[in-house]
Amino acid sequence: MPKEQANWSPYDNNGGSCVAVAGADYCVIAADTRMSTGYNILTRDYSKICKLADKCVMASSGFQADVKALQKHLAARHLIYQHQHNKQMSCPAMAQLLSNTLYYKRFFPYYSFNVLGGLDNEGKGCVFTYDAVGSYEKVGYSSQGSGSTLIMPFLDNQLKSPSPLLLPAQDAVTPLAEAEAIDLVKTVFALASERDIYTGDKLEIVVINADGIRREYMDLRKD
Amino acid sequence: MNFMASKQPENSLLGPESDSQRTLYPYVTGTSVVALKYKDGILMAADMGGSYGSTLRYKSVERMKPIGKHSLLGASGEISDFQEILRYLDELILYDNMWDDGNSLGPKEVHNYLTRVMYNRRNKFNPLWNSLVLGGVKNGQKYLGTVSMIGVNFEDNHVATGFGNHLARPILRQEWHENLSFEDGVRLLEKCMRVLLYRDRSAVNKLQIAKITEDGVTISQPYSLKTYWEFSAFENPAQGAIGSW
Repeated sequence: MPKEQANWSPYDNNGGSCVAVAGADYCVIAADTRMSTGYNILTRDYSKICKLADKCVMASSGFQADVKALQKHLAARHLIYQHQHNKQMSCPAMAQLLSNTLYYKRFFPYYSFNVLGGLDNEGKGCVFTYDAVGSYEKVGYSSQGSGSTLIMPFLDNQLKSPSPLLLPAQDAVTPLAEAEAIDLVKTVFALASERDIYTGDKLEIVVINADGIRREYMDLRKD
Repeated sequence: MNFMASKQPENSLLGPESDSQRTLYPYVTGTSVVALKYKDGILMAADMGGSYGSTLRYKSVERMKPIGKHSLLGASGEISDFQEILRYLDELILYDNMWDDGNSLGPKEVHNYLTRVMYNRRNKFNPLWNSLVLGGVKNGQKYLGTVSMIGVNFEDNHVATGFGNHLARPILRQEWHENLSFEDGVRLLEKCMRVLLYRDRSAVNKLQIAKITEDGVTISQPYSLKTYWEFSAFENPAQGAIGSW
């Protein structure tokens, strides 16, 4: 008798979009707060953003249970790092750790699409973008999640990043001022909410700069 | 020499024979649980039905149970898995009490524990086939959360499982507000349960409503909702189209 197939899937897509933009001395990380399953909205007030270290924040969309587990794992590893090195992890260090953590589950992946944002050791903004199995890249801006196909081309148009193939490597960080970058991010989510059914309700924006971390909210379409 | 060994295909990712023990589908199931926050705490409602496929087999299943001093757990899905979860929680609460340190697990902690249990079982491809609702009050803080069988969890002012998500949540989104009185909360829950009774075929007209406040848990005696079937459209449905139904 052939083996019975499972009629349940260990994965689900809880939707949502994430964006991060790096500036000369700041970094903006944003995500919507809608959590869905199929055509239903589960809740309108769920944060996809997690502070991993003092100057390092991650936004993740995808399968919420995997995202939660990933955040917990990284927070635990950061605590151990602090005990062993008596300092906070830098953003590039956390970026490598996230990549390794994701690849560790290469054959039963975390269904989590991440952007990591923060300040590097010199105080310059940095953004790292990932796929579900850990391949990553340092970029000037990125978006992930259900609205990324709508958001990314718009960001490409507005932020015109230099080609990563150029030599010598050119800085991808945007020359925009902090307030302009925040405005751009708000525009981009209003854009995504129009056409992506999984993006909407509320936008959560986290800004990291030399003064620390602050949080802002903006209402989005609820339909 | 094992003459009776059963054959697995060569390219199978299966482990040893014990994989026949993994959950494939649920057998005896409970339907929706609906819960909301109100002024003094949490109100939760669930009917007492245990379906065996399409048969409404058991009609006195208690699908809501108090957990420790501060929490109330409601479950839909496989009833035997719910009973196993109660045994896990029993042990958890017991060890918590045995510390005898004046501290006790609150609803947030119990919800977190349940989330970890459900997620870990999903990771092993042997899920507990339940959707759980965990509500409670501790030190004046109200808490209401939910976990699904694959570990998806969140908290909100009102939650529901299964069909409740489709039929009850929209009503709650429209009519829920902060500081509902007990009577208003019960009326709102009964409105949701009535809609579920009319439209969910696995619902039975015998339900309990549970309340949890800072003072403790009260689960009502089972009772049934008044229903109305005399709508004229149901009286003679084929009136405008003879031969249809």
